[in-house]
Amino acid sequence: MTGLTDLGIAAIRDGVADGSVSAREVAEAYIAAVEAGRPLNAFTVETPEHALAAADTADAARASGELKPLSGVPLGIKDLFATEGVDTTAGSRILSGFKPRYESTVSGKLFAAGAGMLGKLNMDEFAMGSSNETSAWGPVLSPWRRKDGGNAALTPGGSSGGSASAVSARLAPGVTGTDTGGSIRQPAAFTGISGIKPTYGRCSRWGIVAFASSLDQAGPMARDVRDCAILLEAMAGFDPKDSTSLDLPVPNWEAALSSDLRGKKVGIPREYRIDGVPEEIGRVWDHGIALLKDAGAEIVEVSLPHTKYALPTYYIIAPAEASSNLARYDGVRYGRRVQPEQGGLTEMYEATRAEGFGAEVKRRIMIGTYVLSAGFYDAYFNQAQKVRALIARDFDQAWASCDLLLTPTAPSAAFGLGEKMADPIAMYLNDVFAVPASLAGLPAMSVPGGVDGQGLPLGLQIIGRPLDEQSVLDAGLAIEERSGFTARAERWW
Amino acid sequence: MSVDAATVRHIARLARIAVSDAEVEALAPELSNILGWVEQLAEVDVSGVEPMTAVIPNILRLRDDVVTDGGIREDVLANAPVAEHGFFAVPKVIE
Repeated sequence: MTGLTDLGIAAIRDGVADGSVSAREVAEAYIAAVEAGRPLNAFTVETPEHALAAADTADAARASGELKPLSGVPLGIKDLFATEGVDTTAGSRILSGFKPRYESTVSGKLFAAGAGMLGKLNMDEFAMGSSNETSAWGPVLSPWRRKDGGNAALTPGGSSGGSASAVSARLAPGVTGTDTGGSIRQPAAFTGISGIKPTYGRCSRWGIVAFASSLDQAGPMARDVRDCAILLEAMAGFDPKDSTSLDLPVPNWEAALSSDLRGKKVGIPREYRIDGVPEEIGRVWDHGIALLKDAGAEIVEVSLPHTKYALPTYYIIAPAEASSNLARYDGVRYGRRVQPEQGGLTEMYEATRAEGFGAEVKRRIMIGTYVLSAGFYDAYFNQAQKVRALIARDFDQAWASCDLLLTPTAPSAAFGLGEKMADPIAMYLNDVFAVPASLAGLPAMSVPGGVDGQGLPLGLQIIGRPLDEQSVLDAGLAIEERSGFTARAERWW
Repeated sequence: MSVDAATVRHIARLARIAVSDAEVEALAPELSNILGWVEQLAEVDVSGVEPMTAVIPNILRLRDDVVTDGGIREDVLANAPVAEHGFFAVPKVIE
């Protein structure tokens, strides 16, 4: 029954509802795919019993006519989401063995909607990384390979690298991701799938291990735009336990999907044409522009003058917030403790954190500590918050002349493992196109746009006005319907 | 901004992360590079700009000042590396 893993979320939901497939068989097929996919290192924990229990509930619900929106759909959950009784490590040694006694709001909503969990997905440690190489549990491999025959191991991107690899390799029909500065969109682009970061505040952050709280947002990753819309509807919604959760109704994004873009204006920000980006990226971008025109959109050029300052702004604000958020890992309340033979409480803290955190996390905590320290706060942190306001204002002004923005998602295709680990700033540049929308809290999505000369996927990013996920999804659908993107990673694992 | 070894040790101390001499050697140029790169923000004219506090306009909600949670000591302590007598346990602190 290998054909069952060809079914996406809508197909499983509809098939379970009309009785053409059994949820149990779907779950079993995906569980087998997860096991066969172990060489990809996409999962940190497998939870087949969870997926099977949800499937059996779904099959029983069909009989009694009580199906829910995601009945029978098995999902992967990024290891940043606290899952009750199931290891939650955020890709870090310091949380090894941590089994939350509670469920994150988002994963709880998905399970309440009938979904089951196939397992927890590998990720960069505390979501700090763009290649999944900072995970304490080893890098995730992309199912994709260059067609040069070299079989070099490629990154699926990060930080939601396990999520991207699992969807792309058909180990799961859909997954959760989180996005602080591109962690849904860049891996989606690298692996030829779709993923959306909604408006900041749409999805509750409660129970998601915090990285940079003013930026962190959960979102879905799946094979197509419709499946993303279905998942996002189940994940979003007001939560009194998150003080930045938006108290707004969740729209019926799936029902309203339309790829007819007549009357929509799509802005092309000129500052996103930057030096040193491969020609193929520009070509896919131009192709995307043509596809949106074909869907009826009017294309206008716009300017976002502070774009070049987005990355340095992000690399002050995100580490500053991280240094504060990660202060909680002290070896006292949860996770790992390292107690030196000589020494008291302070030495315990210092040894625990030295051994528990990896190099990139330490680097960011120290940058954050520095920019917040006495004498430097105004020059770094306050200045960054002011520039962030200017970046948000750039978008506000662009919305006077357009409804959406179209850009590339990432400045390159997937790169090889180890290629960028020696140079942190080169790694940070991966998110040059993704970070501005994060700083402004805007909904943004990546959809496949084409492939490069090595046959690797390239993504297109659509950015929308605050709360206008619908237009973002609609434009994504318009590209999906027209791009003819059918490339799939050939199975080698 | 060039970060020297003494500064690295100071930051590491503030962040409660033990660092070896070799790590200090490696971190000083790394942190200098990153800070040198982010310092380009100083060239942006921010006169009259308020620092951003909320990315999407939102009101900070207040709730009634009542107890809504608690009585879950076992759950709270369940993941503690060391818990004794219903408390988190830490190394002896004698000032």
